Amino acid sequence: MKNRLFRTIFMALTGSMSIPALAWAEEAVPKIDTGDTSFVLISAALVMLMTLPGLALFYGGLSRKKNVLSTIMYSFFAMVLISIQWALWGYSLSFGPDVNNLIGNLDWIGLRGVGLVPSDVYATTVPHQAFMVFQLMFAVITAALISGAIAERMRFPAFLAFLILWTTLIYDPVAHWVWGGGWLCDLGALDFAGGTVVHILSGVSGLVACIVIGKRKGYGTEPMIPHNLPFTVLGAALLWFGWFGFNAGSALSANGLAASAFVVTHLATASAAFSWVVAEWIRHGKPTVLGAASGAVAGLVAITPASGFVDPMASIIIGLVAGVVCYLAVSVLKAKLGYDDSLDAFGVHGIGGTWGALATGLFANPSVNELGQGLFYGNPNQVVIQIISIVASWAIAAVGTFVILKVVGTVIKLRASDEEQDAGLDITQHGEDAYTDFVSGSPFGDMKLTGASVQATGSMNPAKI
Amino acid sequence: MTKIECILRPGKLEDVKDSLNKYGIHGMTVTQVIGCGLQKGRKEVYRGTEYSINLLPKVKLEIVTKDEDVDEVVKIISQAARSGEIGDGKIFTYKIDNAIRIRTGETGEAAI
Repeated sequence: MKNRLFRTIFMALTGSMSIPALAWAEEAVPKIDTGDTSFVLISAALVMLMTLPGLALFYGGLSRKKNVLSTIMYSFFAMVLISIQWALWGYSLSFGPDVNNLIGNLDWIGLRGVGLVPSDVYATTVPHQAFMVFQLMFAVITAALISGAIAERMRFPAFLAFLILWTTLIYDPVAHWVWGGGWLCDLGALDFAGGTVVHILSGVSGLVACIVIGKRKGYGTEPMIPHNLPFTVLGAALLWFGWFGFNAGSALSANGLAASAFVVTHLATASAAFSWVVAEWIRHGKPTVLGAASGAVAGLVAITPASGFVDPMASIIIGLVAGVVCYLAVSVLKAKLGYDDSLDAFGVHGIGGTWGALATGLFANPSVNELGQGLFYGNPNQVVIQIISIVASWAIAAVGTFVILKVVGTVIKLRASDEEQDAGLDITQHGEDAYTDFVSGSPFGDMKLTGASVQATGSMNPAKI
Repeated sequence: MTKIECILRPGKLEDVKDSLNKYGIHGMTVTQVIGCGLQKGRKEVYRGTEYSINLLPKVKLEIVTKDEDVDEVVKIISQAARSGEIGDGKIFTYKIDNAIRIRTGETGEAAI
């Protein structure tokens, strides 16, 4: 809008008003920029990769052997269900025309009116559907992130009910508050790519969920050790890679701001991996690979809200602090308070997201992005606004999650029984085993009579086995 | 016939196998096992939480030999498997009633 106004004034001043009709004709139809469009679409695909397989492998590797499939399935079904939810009503609630600065209305339900022409509000140079699908991937990964807190014990049907309700009642409104023209947006809260919306919401909701559902059977007495750290490292690396789409893509344009977000994302991640490993090395005597992977994710989380506002040197500081703070959250805070956040969704996303949102208010540099001026650039008020957005996000996440789980819990059992947990959620929830290295048994019923089975038996030569 | 069963450091398996091969013993069964004994466990740290892991990985090697070879075989294994540190493992010997080669039906020492 501003741009259009400036251009009109400019034209008026330079006397090019002689062809005003033509100038307005060009402006009237929003023009698709091919560079921006390809960048946003590729970024959406990169963010998709963060959930599947990135987060699924990251969490899957951290779980125990008997729960790896159920852990992966949480992420998989966040992708499946939230994608549909988003098209049916989620996008409209988040980004649809504003109702009282609190939520979008239902005008865009079923993507009605969300077409191939750019929106006149969001990402005005790319098809509206490209913006919609980019935002869809954010809703998916936010829901999937929560699963890290309740992994290895939450029953699958309960998780599905929780997913849909949580995204509809918590994610969609807060996304509207921050990005869809809601009250935090009007207040001037800075959240470039989702520090509050994605990470505080998922982390704090994870904390509340793990407390409501209760500790895993044997927590604190049995060793609960990651079963496949190479999976976790692979997942962390895919998250790092996909996060360039998440943060740089949030510029919604292939421009300088996107390049800046890309660079600070990378530097903060490297810095946090470094500081987490050093902290651990000092306290426990060994630099662990899991520490490097966890630190990298903590850095990615912390830089997310700041990525469109800070310069490279600030991003290194944000990363260094994030690595140490998140490390202390998962090793000291968790042990002190005694909650069982299975895979540290809160320790990394809740704490890292909070630090990132605060740091944005400190380091936002107007020479990077004129929309953001932080404390160190003479605007202490920005810190206050950031704190308001942090408190509001914590509050709605905590209260909302608590209420949703209590309601879901009256209809569906939330927690797998001790026996189910002993046998593992893979077998009890999904009827599968991830690592079938010794199998004995036979197919049920008619399977024995099928051609395939006979053929298989016939092709075997017992003498040679 | 005697069955010799030994618990070894995984890192010593190749040395023991080579020594037994040189002596002329080519048949053996090896399994991966975990166990504890005099050797204390080790510390592992995951995201700042320390665990004491007290079942350590070992390999179990089983062979069946003629009675007159037992002393020599035990000596060979002991030499090859020893590092002198706690955790080198143990050797057990048992008398065996009979052995049957499934393919031919041979029994006794001919079958081993």
